[in-house]
Amino acid sequence: MISKTFPGDFSSLGPISDFIANAAKQAGLDENSIYSVQLAVDEACTNIIEHAYGGEGNGEIVCRCDSNSESFRIELRDQGKQFNPDTIPVPEVGAPLESLGNRGAGLFLMKKLMDQVEFDFSKSNETILRMTKKK
Amino acid sequence: MSITTSEYKRCNLVKMTGRIDSSTGDALMKTFKDLQEQGHFKLVFDMSEIDFMSSKGWWVLIETQKGSKRYNRGEVLLANVPDKILTSLDLVGMSHYFQVFDDVVSAVGFF
Repeated sequence: MISKTFPGDFSSLGPISDFIANAAKQAGLDENSIYSVQLAVDEACTNIIEHAYGGEGNGEIVCRCDSNSESFRIELRDQGKQFNPDTIPVPEVGAPLESLGNRGAGLFLMKKLMDQVEFDFSKSNETILRMTKKK
Repeated sequence: MSITTSEYKRCNLVKMTGRIDSSTGDALMKTFKDLQEQGHFKLVFDMSEIDFMSSKGWWVLIETQKGSKRYNRGEVLLANVPDKILTSLDLVGMSHYFQVFDDVVSAVGFF
């Protein structure tokens, strides 16, 4: 398992993406799967910064990656505000342009891109997001 | 990351390089808004050198498309969309809000 801690700032999104891409490449994922993982992680980290921490500069994001012969796994940890994923609305797909909202596709997209998305709220002061991409 | 704009006879071209995410999306939004405030609603976005676009980028394009299509005064066209980005747009049903062209010349010629 490799691990790296990043400041909870939007300027970390690029370095986090590079960190994840390198780990995914070493794990043997193909180019399309690597992009899917990068996109899912970007959405997750953006949500952590915006919603869990309530903005930039309020905490850190710990990124961990490992793999086996079947899958590539990512773990993201934050110490921000916890939430209930079941209350997050699914964006309207195919709605008329004028009625489209302007936010809220992150979790929906993560679930579309990854084979498994799981939140662990068992610790009161930490949220752990685990995502898996099959090889 | 860089954003450049070019004025053509019938439309304006916007080209961005690098990533579109929550750290860069606001700069792109400002570029589009500035053009629309100057009365330019026929816009071509050249994505040939975009290597990553998160949902932040999609919302920038959606908001810009809304502004352009209002009162039928124009449209945002996408050119040179990388396959991996087009695939992710399709995944969430965003691609049908835009006409996609293989190259800038075809997109500019549409207007």
